[in-house]
Amino acid sequence: MKIKITETALNPWQEIENYQANKSELSGKFGATNIFIGTMRDFNDGDEVTSMTLEHYSGMTEKQLATIIEKTQQNYAILDVLLIHRVGLLLPNQPIVLIAIWAVHRGDAFDACREIMEALKSSTPFWKKENLTEGSRWVTKNSKGYQT
Amino acid sequence: MSITVRYFASLREFLNKSEEKLETTTALEIKEVWTQLNPDKVLPENTLMAINMAYVDADQKVQVNDELAFFPPVTGGGG
Repeated sequence: MKIKITETALNPWQEIENYQANKSELSGKFGATNIFIGTMRDFNDGDEVTSMTLEHYSGMTEKQLATIIEKTQQNYAILDVLLIHRVGLLLPNQPIVLIAIWAVHRGDAFDACREIMEALKSSTPFWKKENLTEGSRWVTKNSKGYQT
Repeated sequence: MSITVRYFASLREFLNKSEEKLETTTALEIKEVWTQLNPDKVLPENTLMAINMAYVDADQKVQVNDELAFFPPVTGGGG
């Protein structure tokens, strides 16, 4: 398991490749890898968003993420988790978060990934501030995750 | 001896401070800490609280040397 909070640009594909290449214990053991990547949009609530600043509570963030992953490991048969979350200044199209799950079977990989993502959004101390064409604003609530 | 108090995000901007210490030799209720440090401000209704980086309810007591944090609802992740 690896949790990383980073201020530098995130290349999720490279991170997954590097992590898996260095995990010899996974070799031949997993049949499913589920990957979630959350990316910054250039719009929200009807406004153009030019950039975003992500603040976090260093220390509690990592602790909370570890707790979420440990709980998910109790609920699903997963082999490994890679979770990387950006903080600092982000631009549209830049990845915000990566969650990769390795499991023997797809069901556990899909469901564990979703559980971790939803728990992250509802309980991990990150806060987004959007910079608009005019002014800025704090994001006050999470989207439901569905269009309708 | 003191309690360290931290504020994050919109609450930090609202109060115009990110961290301070409250001198005390005894445990205090969270609301008492807020009132002593922010006598002219009402604790916003949706504020979340953590002691030593773990979520707590508002009726929890803060021990000497604890770190108490106040922050708005969280909005991390993406998608």
